[in-house]
Amino acid sequence: MEQSSKSEQGNNLSQKPAIKRRTLLKALVGLPVLGVFAIELFKKWTFDQEKKHRILRELGLDNIQAPAVLKSPTGGHSELLRIGLIGFGSRAVTHANGLGFMHPDDVEAMKKDDTLNDWLAQENLNVAITGICDVFDLHAERGLATARNNVHPGGGASSNLPVKRYHSYQEMLDDKDIDAVMIATPDHHHSPIAVAAARAGKHVYCEKSPAHSEEQLNELYETVKNSKIVYQLGHQITKSTIFQQASDIIKKDILGKITLVETTTNRNTADGAWIRNLDKNGKPKPGDEKSIDWEQWLGAAPKVPFSLDRYYNWTKFFDYDIGLIGQLFTHEFDAVNQLLRIGIPKSVVSSGGIYYWKDNRDIPDLLHCVFEYPDRDLTLLYSATLANSRNRGRVFMGHDASMELGDAISITADGDSTRYQKQIESGLIDPSSPMVSFNPNLGKIDAVSGATEKYFAARGLTTTTINGRQVDVTYLHIKEWIDCIRNGGTPACNIERAFEEGVACLMAHKSYVEKRRTTWDPVNRKIV
Amino acid sequence: MKENIIYTPVQKFILVALRLLIGWHILYEGFSKLLIPNWSSIAFLKESKWILSGFSNWIIAHPDLLRIIDILNTWGLIAIGMGLILGLFTRAAAISGAILLFIYYLNNPPLIGLEYSVPSEGSYLIISKTLIESAALIALAVFPSGYIAGLDILVSRFSNRNGKMVE
Repeated sequence: MEQSSKSEQGNNLSQKPAIKRRTLLKALVGLPVLGVFAIELFKKWTFDQEKKHRILRELGLDNIQAPAVLKSPTGGHSELLRIGLIGFGSRAVTHANGLGFMHPDDVEAMKKDDTLNDWLAQENLNVAITGICDVFDLHAERGLATARNNVHPGGGASSNLPVKRYHSYQEMLDDKDIDAVMIATPDHHHSPIAVAAARAGKHVYCEKSPAHSEEQLNELYETVKNSKIVYQLGHQITKSTIFQQASDIIKKDILGKITLVETTTNRNTADGAWIRNLDKNGKPKPGDEKSIDWEQWLGAAPKVPFSLDRYYNWTKFFDYDIGLIGQLFTHEFDAVNQLLRIGIPKSVVSSGGIYYWKDNRDIPDLLHCVFEYPDRDLTLLYSATLANSRNRGRVFMGHDASMELGDAISITADGDSTRYQKQIESGLIDPSSPMVSFNPNLGKIDAVSGATEKYFAARGLTTTTINGRQVDVTYLHIKEWIDCIRNGGTPACNIERAFEEGVACLMAHKSYVEKRRTTWDPVNRKIV
Repeated sequence: MKENIIYTPVQKFILVALRLLIGWHILYEGFSKLLIPNWSSIAFLKESKWILSGFSNWIIAHPDLLRIIDILNTWGLIAIGMGLILGLFTRAAAISGAILLFIYYLNNPPLIGLEYSVPSEGSYLIISKTLIESAALIALAVFPSGYIAGLDILVSRFSNRNGKMVE
């Protein structure tokens, strides 16, 4: 060897002869190593693929695909739909964005975040926001600026229709130039406004919860059933791509007999506990009796003096909503009901208390509700805390496997499963880790910032990934509503689903307040 | 090239073997990223602690930049791994590999007080296997082996034939 390097040295200085065979072999020493590497890489890859596909094949899930494309384009040659927004708080901002409208400030902020392109790629729904109704001047003005801004997704142009501010929803509903309304007010207004809108022949997209009392819920149900309007309740979860996969998994009976569904809320911030009267710098948010029409804001609720606490933190008070059940369990119920069609429970027991946020609130910050479905051999459990954010998911528990459904799906076989016994024994399935998972967001940017926002994102309530692009699920939910208005059909969160949800929630609330078990009388359709 | 360095056959063997082992590891690190669908360095960057965490967060905040980083990282690892195994541009591959590994180390050094959500596979205090592998690559750059066994032999001959000196 030394000899040859010496000869190479000599060669470098003089004329070079042809390369010696031995030198050539030394030069190519890496090739056999690379060859072995390539073979091993191929073996490993096929082993991994085979294992993955074998599990999927055995589960019958090998053909599960994310619904890659959006259904029927909405805009196109259709007639322009004129929409009025009732209530222009933070939720309505998402509605406006879903419709294709954004405040100039938000456009700038999204440009900076590099997230504007995803929004601009949204389809043009061919709608115009022609009316804004809010009792607070500041919010109404923000709504007007949003509706008038001429940056639109999908190559949409502004309709040039005037945008009008209405000082009451009745005024808006009387206007023939409004075709449909979206309601994003505090909950105690949802049902009265939706009922009035249905009577006026306006289509309704309403935020949860559907109604504040049993009487309101019955009135809403009867009115919408006897009208020709399209009603959609604001639960966007069904539009997440993984939800379709979850639906397939349930249909294919991967989990075995499901007897327990556990849903949870885990938040641990003031914002998450609905203390929202201060801005980011700790200063009180704007608003006074002059700029807020307090009488109208209260509506049919008990008369109390003007209070910014009540205005911003209305969720804390039973006069305006039913707390955790109305704000957060509604999403959980809808997710379960859309998948399992459980409907109205036979009985509900709730218990809880105000254990952490000891302010002036009526609503519990720790709450447990147990919903019994004896006809389905199923219990639905809701466990909520506003004082700890340990991630407890939404889990469907069957005899053979459990499925956790959030912004991803993971299915874990049960160690004592009958169906998977052989595969567990053979080592193909390991019950200590997920056997199948679907995560369309893998490797995607986590653009959500606040704790409350993260909570919603983790539950699949913000965006979903379609063809590698982040799509707002609220937009997809609004789109379904608009498609039904134009082409007929029934949206996912129609009045039947809303009624079932409304009853389940009011039963749980009644149980908490009256400290007793409530039941449903299906003959008289009454909570007992 | 320092042809005047004379190694014993055992030294040569050890040097080349070390190069092949590290090359194999780095090449597979690169390919594994290629084979995982939608792989992204985001999970690693999110975990970044110490002096590079600000830089990592800045990358995460720019999705286009992150995509570029992902591509550079994957193909960089593959190129470095290939270079080390084939003994092609060995010194450049060893130095690039050492720098890359040192950047990984700076993102999650096992310093006292820094805690990571993913536990490491060994027990480390200040020094980790990543740092050692980086140092080993420095050694390979300082004690070149591409001219002992590797395509660099042919490269140097070819360059010399064209009347250029390598290094």
